[in-house]
Amino acid sequence: MNHQSWPLWEVFIRSKQGMDHKHVGSLHAADAAMAMENARDVYTRRQEGISIWVVESKYVHASNPDEAEILYDPANDKVYRYPTFYDLPDELTHM
Amino acid sequence: MTIFQPSSSTLLDYLLHLADNALILGHRNSEWTGHGPILEQDIAISNIALDLVGQARYFYQYAATLRAGSTEDTLAYLRDVREFKNCLLVELQNGDWAASVLRQFFFSAYQYFLFGQLQGSADATIAAIAEKSLKEARYHLRWSSEWVIRLGDGTAESHARLGNALSHLWMYTGELTSPAEYELRLADKKIAVNPALIRENWMARIDEVFEQAFLEIPVDSWMQSGGKQGQHTEHLGYILAEMQYLQRAYPGCEW
Repeated sequence: MNHQSWPLWEVFIRSKQGMDHKHVGSLHAADAAMAMENARDVYTRRQEGISIWVVESKYVHASNPDEAEILYDPANDKVYRYPTFYDLPDELTHM
Repeated sequence: MTIFQPSSSTLLDYLLHLADNALILGHRNSEWTGHGPILEQDIAISNIALDLVGQARYFYQYAATLRAGSTEDTLAYLRDVREFKNCLLVELQNGDWAASVLRQFFFSAYQYFLFGQLQGSADATIAAIAEKSLKEARYHLRWSSEWVIRLGDGTAESHARLGNALSHLWMYTGELTSPAEYELRLADKKIAVNPALIRENWMARIDEVFEQAFLEIPVDSWMQSGGKQGQHTEHLGYILAEMQYLQRAYPGCEW
């Protein structure tokens, strides 16, 4: 069997408690149906999840690590983007 | 070590039959662990092996309550070939991937209809085990059906391999739905299912999948039998030799 030709898929699992699907890993499969079953067999054997998403890896577009400086560093000194930067009136107790 | 006498209990025979089917196929599937065609499918068939061994445990645990001095372990590890009541199909050698998934398909379709009916068993323990195991059988059936279709409707080689597997395995499928004496006697009491009554459903499911896999059901084939009565192929002895070696050589050994 030539599994070199089987595309790679990214797997996202939602746990029983979780609200969102989290990336858990990747796997090989011939098509979406097989990817779903493989994800079930590989990533939910220990009751890790109650919902699965799979997406073919080629459809995931990633940011370029070389651009980390221009992409993320400018946020370093913007403390006013955090709610804790602001002094709240004493009457506000549930923030 | 306990020496077992041939059992006279019909219910015990039936429970051992159900357990042995699951244990032996579970063992066969576990032989794929580390040898699967691709990591993901290695895990998939190992999961199925574990499901089947789990089913075997439930039936052995129940069976052990009917035979004084026995436990699930003595039933699995200290009986000889002639005391095993599994169908011949499950003890055959794995062959290639096509043969293994086709065998799983035949067996899972059988378990699917069997457990569906057994959920209504007059025996509450059997009904409960059937209800739990049915969920597993449904997934095994889906997984194996898709593999049969994928290989049958795949390349010339995959289709040819599946065809070879079919011509080898088909003669062992008749036994699944041919009732043994103990099945008939318990079916009268609504404890067991007469497997002849699920034959039609089983055949319809095989037909449906074969149509998509471009396979034809062989006609007028001689059907092998005997496993349910303890008459096995030469393969079962080798399985038991490997599976039982440790308990036979070091009785009571735990780790």
